[in-house]
This record gives sequence, structure tokens and C-alpha cells, in this order.
Amino acid sequence: MTMSEATAAAEGGSAVGVQVAAENPPVDGAAEDAVIGKWAEDTQEALVIAPDKLTAYLTYLRDRQGYDFLSSVTCVDYSAYGGKLRDGVDERFELVYHLYSTRKGGGPVVLHVRVPENETVASATGIYPGANLQECEVYDLYGIKFEGHPNLRRVLLWDGFNGHPMRKDWKEAYHEADTKPFRSRHPQGDYQWHEDKIPWGKNTTYPTGWDPDSWRAPITYVPVSQAPEDAYSDEFETESIVVNLGPHHPSTHGVFRMLTRIKGETILALEPEMGYLHRNHEKIGERNTWLMNMPFTDRLDYINSMSNNLGYALAVEKLAGIEVPERAQYIRVIMAELTRVVNHTWSIGFILNDLGALQTPALYAIEEREMILDLFEEVSGARLMCNYMRFGGVVRDLTEGWEDRARYLANERLPRALDELDRLLSDNEIVKARGRGVGYLSAKDLLSLSVSGPMIRAAGVPYDIRKAEPYCIYDRFDFDIPTLPEGDIYARYYIRLLEARESVKILQQALRDIPKGEVLGGKGGYTLRPPEGEAYQRIEAPKGELGFYVVSDAKPNPYRYHVRSPSYINLNALGPMCVGYKVADAVVILGAIDIVLGEVDR
Amino acid sequence: MFGTGLLKGLGVTMKHFAETFIDDRKPMPSRYADSIQLEHGRRIIDQPITQEGLLTIQYPEEKRLLPERFRYIPMLLWDTEKGEDRCTACGICAKVCPPQCIWIVRDSDENGKPVTRPAEFFIDAAVCMSCSFCVEFCPFDAIKMNHDYELAVYDRYPQLVYDKEELTVPLEYYAAMWPEQFAAEQEALRKAEEEERAKAEAKAKAAEAKAKAGKSADKPKRTPEEIEAMKQKAAARSAAAKEKAAGGADASDKASSDTGDDAAKKARLEELKRKAAERAKQRKQSEG
Repeated sequence: MTMSEATAAAEGGSAVGVQVAAENPPVDGAAEDAVIGKWAEDTQEALVIAPDKLTAYLTYLRDRQGYDFLSSVTCVDYSAYGGKLRDGVDERFELVYHLYSTRKGGGPVVLHVRVPENETVASATGIYPGANLQECEVYDLYGIKFEGHPNLRRVLLWDGFNGHPMRKDWKEAYHEADTKPFRSRHPQGDYQWHEDKIPWGKNTTYPTGWDPDSWRAPITYVPVSQAPEDAYSDEFETESIVVNLGPHHPSTHGVFRMLTRIKGETILALEPEMGYLHRNHEKIGERNTWLMNMPFTDRLDYINSMSNNLGYALAVEKLAGIEVPERAQYIRVIMAELTRVVNHTWSIGFILNDLGALQTPALYAIEEREMILDLFEEVSGARLMCNYMRFGGVVRDLTEGWEDRARYLANERLPRALDELDRLLSDNEIVKARGRGVGYLSAKDLLSLSVSGPMIRAAGVPYDIRKAEPYCIYDRFDFDIPTLPEGDIYARYYIRLLEARESVKILQQALRDIPKGEVLGGKGGYTLRPPEGEAYQRIEAPKGELGFYVVSDAKPNPYRYHVRSPSYINLNALGPMCVGYKVADAVVILGAIDIVLGEVDR
Repeated sequence: MFGTGLLKGLGVTMKHFAETFIDDRKPMPSRYADSIQLEHGRRIIDQPITQEGLLTIQYPEEKRLLPERFRYIPMLLWDTEKGEDRCTACGICAKVCPPQCIWIVRDSDENGKPVTRPAEFFIDAAVCMSCSFCVEFCPFDAIKMNHDYELAVYDRYPQLVYDKEELTVPLEYYAAMWPEQFAAEQEALRKAEEEERAKAEAKAKAAEAKAKAGKSADKPKRTPEEIEAMKQKAAARSAAAKEKAAGGADASDKASSDTGDDAAKKARLEELKRKAAERAKQRKQSEG
């Protein structure tokens, strides 16, 4: 991407601050007969698209309407739907696309594509390369095949896994009941472990025609060179080899594997391999009641449980129409911004760790995290798994003196600590030498790969959901969206520092204005039954765009619960960013994406 | 100039080093300022938000003073005044539990009629996710979060499946651990009782007034024969209950002498009480 394009993107984005209403895109020409109906009258607006016209319509939206960001691709299995909204529709599956415009801001265009069982759909990867991992996930969990997908594979589960677990007729080996609360966990009165009921080897089924003994890990998708032949100078005759970085590797921040093809030290191609921590969070979410999901969201991105709570609470509030009292709104913003500071200092520390500055910057960076976690513990009872938000507010009011302590933190301690980090690292020649120009990807590429959050802001796109589509009360605060034009490792490090400073600014204002009053309103208790319909709510989580897509059929349990996790989707860009750089750089490039495996694998 | 960034960074590290080193060389480092000294060199540290320098806590010799709202594994409250469980076996906690780790068996009287008392109460601590929904939705304030986090054992089963005896703690233990919330609850309870009393008084007054107004109109609702029969029945019932209680006491005595289970339970309760007292002492010390 040339400089002029970068400035164009920046200029286009400067209008983002103005809220643009989600307008229905005017339909013309080729796209006209693609829309065959509306999903439902009284829920969130969504268009039903003819499956064969999908790619044409997506192209039209991208090129003519400016919807350049494919946020979420997911699927719903409607075979057990108990509601009335889908009367007269036979197709079992429905693919759901959420598209946004980073230039216009505002709400989404929601597309539904109805798919009968055993049919294929055209892949969106040709128009939005960012659909790659999400379509893989839909294939893995629902078994829907996408035609034209470059590398459709089981991404979270392994090849020997029988069935597609998110289908409603798939039951796990220790299945007790479809929904919680279970009638009895101990029907005969004696205690049983679930894992005792799945003795491996006796109770395991494999897909038909699949033999565990002859199976070898597939290397068919080990990517061939994506780099141009002259990307490296070879004085020696070398052959490219396939190397696994991980799954047990200190640089991968968890159990994660990078399948690389390297020649010498240079990476020719890289493919992320994940799913080692997969626990089918979404299936668990469908069996839980609405409220029970709240502590489970803590376990997604476990560094930022507060913002996970917030995203889920907002999604359900949107669906059920629950109001939040004023004080709770402020408390939510304070918690979300504190957790952003926690995340960014943590991430800065560990980018430096990956660069080889072992522990010193990391430990300095998380000093203030300690204080913030103390504050979290004081109000919610836990440092990491806060479980603090509820539908309609937060569960308990702040304790006495909490606000004063938080004010001290926001006004004195945090600014000082961030300045110190800045002094410690930003001018450091080694950080610059390792970071400048490494892992570069243009803003246009990043957006088309559905990358969000600090990653795109470090490439010059001033897109922040807090401004583009304000939720909570973010429109009341005065803060900026920092951007850097470079789009390399150093910019991704530095943007986090700048963002943490903006968060401190929001904290100062919120702690100044916070009113007294109720903290929990509405009827969002454990018997909640939201009206039929669907809702998608995204927030600017510290790692990027965190979205919750929920479907209700007016029962006590969610019919569909999907997490659009920023860590997972940002990995779309990992391969393209690493090509042409050294192995040691790949470690830092991964570190600068800032993933948490709890959220990647779900 | 090349190298200035490095030097600047080194300056920051030097500052940190000096701060922590000098502080740590003092006879009383600043992080111990508000701490509570226990025997055998153990400490409970209350780390203020202004703490600078050395922040490391040398667990297990040093521990943090836990905030009141800290939640770990639930505990059941034993009302020492009334001498009964607060739990009524309504089962709401088991319903709202996200991982479904609570299992309750309701008690029944001699006729097999269920009574509002749990016979068994299990929590699988290996599955519990410390969300504290059971506490939030308990209508009787019978289940609360314990602060005891050192639960390591060698086997998951049966050690981590807590039964009623292991979960039950006296009310004083809870009061020492959650002083603010306990006070608030007592206040609410007192108010509710007062209201109830006021209502009852008003009712009695009204009834009295009514009785005065229409004494002649009132008729005895039951004939003397009926009343006599009821009295006899009641006497028989109370006699049966007494007999049973005596028998039950015998049985339990036998059981305790046989297995020593009760002794163990008592010892545990004593231990918990002692811990509660210790905690209360710590709190007092830390406050004043």
C-alpha cells in the first residue's frame, strides 16, 4: 500500500467519529435479485440472500457500498428451533454474515443465506480473505462445505473426530440432557465422573472410512512458497523444509502451533494450527441458561474478563431490551478501560519478552496490573475471573473508598507508569532495530483479512468501535483514536502505549463524573427469557473487535451463542505477515498480534 | 546519537533497582508497614495502592489480606443461636449453578414427608467455578463464599467432593470473614422482624377491637368434644416425638462411640471457630 492510499484511508476514517445510521444499502443492477427477503420484521434488520448470488452481492457491497470489513461469519442450525419466526422455512442451516464499513462507521449489514443439509455454498474468501478461518470453523463445527475456499480443513478439531459438534443432533459422549439445569446430576444417588463415561478406545467413534492406525497428520496443506523466489539471496544451495513451531513452545503464549515452511532462516509460508484448548464453548453456551454463560465468558480472554462480561451483557440486553442504570454505565466503562490498561501493559511486556528482553520490561509493565487486579478483586471477589457484569448493570456496588483509590491510580500512578515504560522502551535502539519494518502488512490487506483493534490502528486506520458505533456511554467522553502509519512490529508496540494513555484519559473523566444510585436494574435474573430474535453486539475489546451473536427462541437457554473472538480472527494475518521474515521475527509477529489461546480455541 | 535510548532505559532500571534495594535493606521495609505479624515469621500483608518498589509477596510465608468479597468455594451456614442449618433445601443454588456441581438431598420426617432441611449437600469443588451465583440467588442467606483457598489434596475423589459436614461453618465464622455484609444482613433481618412484629401487634389490636365489638356474636368454632379429641392427639404425637428423640440420641451416641465421626466433626467445627476468631483478630489489628 502506498502512502497516498494510507492517507486516503486515514481521511476516510476521520469521518468515523460521526455516527452514521445503519442505512439499508440501495439495491441496484446485478445485486437486485440477490435479496430474496427479510429475516424478520421486528428484530435486528437482516437480508436473506439467494445462495447462488452471494458472491455477487458481497462484491457489490464491498465495491459499491464501501462495506470493507467482514466482521463475522457464522452458522445457525435451525433443526430444533422452537420459535415461530421461521415458520415455513425448510432449509436447516442459515449462514449469517455481518459486514461493516470502516469509512462510514455505524451499524452492520446483516446477510442470511439459507442452506439445506449437504449443500455447498460459495466461499467468501475471494472477496474477503478474512473469511478464511471463520469458514473453516463453520465447516469444522457444522459440516457446511464452502466451494472455492483455498484450504478448507478442520481447524479446531482433528480429522479423527466423528461428526460436527455444533449441530443440534450431535451429543457428546457423556450427554445428560439438552439444557441446564439438569434434572439430576446423580440419578442413582452415587457420584460419577464424566470422564469415566468416555473411556477412550471403547466409546470413541471415528468417521466412516477413517482408520486411526494409518492416519498421519496431514501435511497436504503445508503451504508452498508464497514468497517471491528472490525474497532471499541464497549463496548456498538450500532446500525448503517444514518446521513446527510449537505446540509446546514458550513463544506461542499457550498451546499453539505454527506450521512453517522455511528455507534457511527465512519463512516461505506459515499456517496457524490451533484447537488444543478447544472445549466447544459455544455448545456449552447453548446448554446453559442465559445467565450461566456469564462466568463462562470470563474464561475466553482470561486477561480481560471484564470486557468479555461487558460484551455478552450488552448483547443480551440488546436482545431482551434491558435498561442499565446510570451509575452502572459508568462502572462498566471504568472496568472496561481498566482492563484495557491491564491488557496493553501486559501485551507490551510480552512483546518485549518475545524480542528477547527477558522479564525485566514484562515485570515492570505488570506492576500496575497488580494494583488494578487488587481493585477488581475488591469489588468482584476475583482477580481474573471477575464475573462482575449482569444483564441490567453490575452485580455489586463499589466498596467504600474504591473510587478514591481508582482516582489515585488514574490521575497519578498510571500516567507515571506509562511514561516510565515509554522512557524505558520506546527509544531503545534494539527495539527499533528489531521492530521497524518487521511484520509489515498494509492497512488494506489487514482490513480485508478482517483484522481489528490495535493491529489496524497501528497501520493507520482510525477505526475504533467506541467512536464508530458507540456503545455504553462512550460518546460522552473526550478521547482520541491514536494511529500510527507504519504497520510494523514497533508501531504495534507503540500503539498500545498510546491507547493505554487514552484509556487513562477516559478513566479520569469517568471517575470524575460517576453519579450515585442504583447499579442493577431490569429483570435480568436467572429466569430470563429474551423474546425471539437475534442480536449481534460488538465491543472494542483490548485485542480487537469482540462480538457476541445470540439467537433466542424465547426459551430459558440461548438457541445460538457465538463468539466472534478477535484473537482467532486476527490470526488470519499471521501467515501473510510472516512471509519473507526470519523465524525469530515470526515469534515477535505472533506476540504483537496479542493472542490469548482461551479465546482462539474457545 | 546512537545509544541514548539504551542509556535512558538503563536509567529507569537503575532507578527501580535503587528503590527496591534501599527499601529492602531497611530493618522494616515499606511493604511490611501495614502487615500483620504472625508467629514463625509468617505475615499477612495488606498491600496499599501506593506501594512502590518491591511488590513480591513471599508466599506461603507471606499472604495477602483478602478483601471481604473474595470468593472461592461456597460454605453452608449453621445458625448457632437457633441450632439449625440455615439451608432449607429449596434447591435454587443447584439450579443456577453454571457447572451444575451442587447436589442436594432433601430430608424427610418419620412419615416420609419432605421437610425444609437438607439431608445431604454435596459440592464438587473440582468442578465449582467460584462464580458465586449460589450466594447471589439464595433466598435464605444460607450459602456464602469461603475464603479458604488452600485446598490441595492428593485425589479428586472423594476429597474434593465436599459433603455437608465439610461445608458447614458456624455463623460466627462467616461474621468474622464478611463483617460488612454480615452487618448489613443482620440489619435487614432486624428490620424485617420489627415490621413483622408491628404487623402482628396491629393485627392483635384489630382482633381485640373486633372481639370487644362483637363478643356476643362470636360462636365457638369447635365443639368441646372436638377440642378434647385434638388435645389427645397432640399429646400422643408429642409423646411419640419425645420417644423418638431419645432413641435418636441413643443411636447417635452409639454411632459416635463406634466411628468417632462426630468427634471429628466437632474438632473441625472447633478448628473453624478458632480460625474465625483468628481472622477477627487480624481484622481488628489491621483496622486499629
